Amino acid sequence: MGQDSQNEIVGRGARDGAELFRQWFSSLDATAEQGAQSAYVFVMGSMNEILKAFDLPVVFPEINSLQTAVRRVAHEYLNEAEDYGYSPDICGYVKADVAVQLRNGEHPMGRIPKPSLAVYTNACNTYIKWAEIWERMYKIPIFTLDVPGSREGGVHTGPGDRSFENDRSYVEAQVHELITLCEEVTGRKFDIDKLREVLGYANDVASSWQRVLQLNASRPSVFNAVTEGTIYLGVANGFRGTEQGSRYFRELVEEMEYKSANGIGTLTDEKYRLTFVGVPCYPIFRRFNEMFSDWGGTFVNSTYLWFASGGTNRGFQYDLQRPVESLAEGVLLSVRDAMDSMFHQSYMIEDMIDEMHVDGVVYHPIKSCRTVSTGLADSRRYLMEKTGVPSLFLESDMMDKRVVSEAQMKNRVDAFFEGLASRRSQQAAA
Amino acid sequence: MAYAAGVDVGSTQSKAAIVDEDGNLIATALDETGANVVQAAERVYEQALRSAKLREEEVDYIIGTGYGRYKVTFGNAQVTEISCHGRGAVKMFPDTRTVIDMGGQDTKAISVSPSGEINDFCMNDKCAAGTGRFLGAAAMALDLSLAELGPTALKSDKPVRISTTCTVFAESEVLSWLGKGKKLPDILWGVHQSIATRTIGLVRRVGLDEKITFTGGVTRNVAMVKALEDRLGIRLNVSEQAHYFGALGAALFALDHILDSRKPASSAEVA
Repeated sequence: MGQDSQNEIVGRGARDGAELFRQWFSSLDATAEQGAQSAYVFVMGSMNEILKAFDLPVVFPEINSLQTAVRRVAHEYLNEAEDYGYSPDICGYVKADVAVQLRNGEHPMGRIPKPSLAVYTNACNTYIKWAEIWERMYKIPIFTLDVPGSREGGVHTGPGDRSFENDRSYVEAQVHELITLCEEVTGRKFDIDKLREVLGYANDVASSWQRVLQLNASRPSVFNAVTEGTIYLGVANGFRGTEQGSRYFRELVEEMEYKSANGIGTLTDEKYRLTFVGVPCYPIFRRFNEMFSDWGGTFVNSTYLWFASGGTNRGFQYDLQRPVESLAEGVLLSVRDAMDSMFHQSYMIEDMIDEMHVDGVVYHPIKSCRTVSTGLADSRRYLMEKTGVPSLFLESDMMDKRVVSEAQMKNRVDAFFEGLASRRSQQAAA
Repeated sequence: MAYAAGVDVGSTQSKAAIVDEDGNLIATALDETGANVVQAAERVYEQALRSAKLREEEVDYIIGTGYGRYKVTFGNAQVTEISCHGRGAVKMFPDTRTVIDMGGQDTKAISVSPSGEINDFCMNDKCAAGTGRFLGAAAMALDLSLAELGPTALKSDKPVRISTTCTVFAESEVLSWLGKGKKLPDILWGVHQSIATRTIGLVRRVGLDEKITFTGGVTRNVAMVKALEDRLGIRLNVSEQAHYFGALGAALFALDHILDSRKPASSAEVA
C-alpha cells in the first residue's frame, strides 16, 4: 500500500465518524424544522432496532449534553437549568438537556426535535426520572423497558438456563408492548421484514465493534479508547441498524487491521498501556488525555465503550429467522452486560490486564453521576489486592467544569506515572 | 563533592533543601510563598545556598516540587510532591510504609515501598477540609496565631464535637461554640480531632500500616500529632525537619540524576 493509500486509511474512522455526526445532527435539525416525529432514547438499551423499523429518527439526549461540554458551552446550559430550579447535585446530562428543551431545542450542533415518544431501560436510575420530565413537558408517552440485571457479580446465566429463559420472556413481552406503542404513535403497521433488515445491519455493527475493541490488544495500540474510541462509540449508538453504520464499522475494522499489521500506533512512542474506568472528562476532553499521552500513556480499553454502547461490544448476533425473540435475547444479554460494566467491572478488567497488556488502571468517578461512580473505590481496592496492578483514582465530572480541577488532576496523574516509571525501572534492575 | 537541591513550592510556604553526594542533608530554608511564586522559589533557594555556604554553580542538579514546581525556573526537572514526600520520609525514617503529609491546602496519605517508591496515594479533593487551611480558619476565628493552636488545644478536658467538614463553615461553627460558652481549648481540641478523623479516612484508603511518618507544615502542631496518634493508637514518626521532607525528597531525586549520569554507558547504549 502506497503512502497516499496509507494516509487515506489511517485516521479514516475519526474523520468519517466526525462527518457522520455532523450529518446526523443536520438531519435532526431538519426533523425539528419540519416538526416531524422523533424518539428520545438512551445509550444503554436504545431499542434503536425497533424505532428504526418504524423510521423514527432517534435522539440521544446524553450525546447532546456531552456535546455541549466538548464544545465548551455546558456551563451556559447547566446554569440555565439550575436557575430554573434543578439542584447542582443532580446529573449534568439531565440539566443540560432541560436547558436544551427550555431553549426550544437550541444546541451547538443544530436544533434538536421535540420527542414524540421516549424509550429507556432501567440500566440507569436517572433515565426514569429524566423521561418523566419530557412526559410532563410534552405530554408524550414514555416507555420503560425493565431489563433484569445479573443477580451476582461475575455469575451469568445464558440461553437454556431456567432463570435466563424467564428473563428473556419477560423482556420479549415488553418488546411486543413497545411495538404496539410505536404503531400507535406513528400510525404505521409494524413490518417484521423491515425489522429483519435493521437487525442485519445491527449485527454488522456489533460484530465489527467487538473486533475493533479486540484489535487494540495490538502493540502499539491502534486507537485511544478515550478519545478516538468515543467517536466510534457515537457512531455505534447513532447509526446502529443502518447501512451507513454497517459500512462505517466494516471500514473501521479494515483501518484497525491495517494499523495492527503495520505496527502503526495511536502514539508514536507508547510507553504505558492503560485501562479507563468510568465516563470521560468532557469539559477538558483533549487536555485530560494529554496529561497521559505526555508521559507516553494511552488508553487501550475503557469500560465506557462497553456500557455506553449498551453492551453491544459483546457482539451479539440477532437470529433473523426469529427477530423479536432474538431481539429480546440480545437486549437482555447486552444491557445486562452494560450494567455489569458499571457495577461489576472488576472481573472484566481483571481478565483484560494480561490480554490487553495493561500497565495501569485509571478510575474516573464523577460528581454528577453516582450510578457509575459509587463502588469504584471498592472495585479499585479489589483489583489492586487481586492483581497488584497500579491504579489511579481521579475525581472530577463529565459535564461540570466547576468541579474539574486541572492542576490537582495533573498533580495526581504525574505522581501516578512517576510511580509507574519507578516500578518499571525496579523491575528492569531485578 | 557534588551537591543536589530540591525546592518545594507549596501553597502557603516554600522550602528548599540541599544534600551532598552521600545524601546527607546539609541545609534547609523556609519562606512564605506569597503572590509571586517564581520569586518565592528563588528566595528560598538563595537562603539554602547561604546556609550551606555554597555558590549556585556548586549545585549540579535542582528539582522543583509542590504546586509551584513549574515555577522553579532555575530547576532542571520537576517531580510531584507526592513522590518527594515519600522519598524524603523513607530517607529520614527507613521503616516508613505510610506517609501522612499535611500541608496548607492538601492532606495526603501515601503508601510507600521500602525504597521510597509510591505504591498508592490518596488526597483530599476540591475541598480544604482536613488540611492546614482548616486550622488557619479556626485560628482566625479565635484570634490566635498558628503557633498557639496546638499548646492551647492540649489544655482541653472536655472537647466539643465539630460536625462540619467544611473549612468555610468551620469558622461559624467555632464561633457558635464560643457563643455557647465553651472553653477555647475544648473547641480547639475538637477542631484537631475533626481533622484527624478526616485524615485517617484517607490513610485507610491506601492501607493503614503501623509505620507511619507524618510530614508537612502541620507536623509542628503538637496537638495535631497527638490527635492523630490517639485516633490511630500508635506513635507516629515525626521530626523537627518534617516540614522539609518534600524538598529533601526532591533533592534526593536530583542526586539520583547526578549519580546516574556518572555511570558508564552500557554496551547496548554505546552500540
